[in-house]
Amino acid sequence: MVLSAADKSNVKAVFAKIGGQAEEYGADALERMFVTYPQTKTYFPHFDLGKGSAQVKGHGKKVAAALVEAVNNIDDLAGALSKLSDLHAQKLRVDPVNFKLLGQCFLVVVATRNPSLLTAEVHASLDKFLCAVGTVLTAKYR
Amino acid sequence: MVHWSAEEKQLITSVWGKVSVEQCGAEALARLLIVYPWTQRFFSDFGNLSSPTAIIGNPRVRAHGKKVLTSFGEAIKNLDNLKATYAKLSELHCDKLHVDPENFRLLGDILIIILASHLGRDFTPACQFTWQKLVGVVAHALAHEYH
Repeated sequence: MVLSAADKSNVKAVFAKIGGQAEEYGADALERMFVTYPQTKTYFPHFDLGKGSAQVKGHGKKVAAALVEAVNNIDDLAGALSKLSDLHAQKLRVDPVNFKLLGQCFLVVVATRNPSLLTAEVHASLDKFLCAVGTVLTAKYR
Repeated sequence: MVHWSAEEKQLITSVWGKVSVEQCGAEALARLLIVYPWTQRFFSDFGNLSSPTAIIGNPRVRAHGKKVLTSFGEAIKNLDNLKATYAKLSELHCDKLHVDPENFRLLGDILIIILASHLGRDFTPACQFTWQKLVGVVAHALAHEYH
């Protein structure tokens, strides 16, 4: 799956529009993921996962920052996410299926907060981008 | 049999009450065909599916989307009896339509996003959980008669 020029442009536009709220989007996506897919909580036994948790907010900020970094280096996702890819392969070992779940939640957050932004074409591009990020993060698993 | 709490049933019916079946059905099917273009394989006789604009405007897509979501409404009326409710449709999708059940999961995910875009913040995490559970259970029921 390859990101076309139009895909890249759509994704950049989304993140430009989201701007400084990216952290909120990240936290919201994580919260939704823990509620919608409770099995994802198994990766965070050390977290307070209650509503409004500062740890979830902090982690959402990290996730959002990584996505922003990926968008800013969209022509070289593997390079931009290389360290995170190592981390997920060697230490975190989050099962690959979970990246789709977080991706779905991120799309839902964009849909709830900015529905007019999520046209069909943008939805397709953003979904592809999130898939590509997941693929890079699991690329070194074996 | 799937258990639905009173709160879950309430979340399902309250969201459903805000939904235009015709509009959301059309949008959901169109999005499926656009976001996951390989799903177009089941609709080769639907006419022009050559671009997102063509798909969104395609009257057969709109009509079929409405049909699909109307059927979803039946599920909501029969939450305690989904396998029986969908038995014939399941056979149809297996024996005649030859649809890989994975497509039901894809459409379910798309429907969630359509609902989210219509309801905004009212589509709370609890709503999302309940509806993600519902679309999963519907997908499972539709796959149940596969052989």
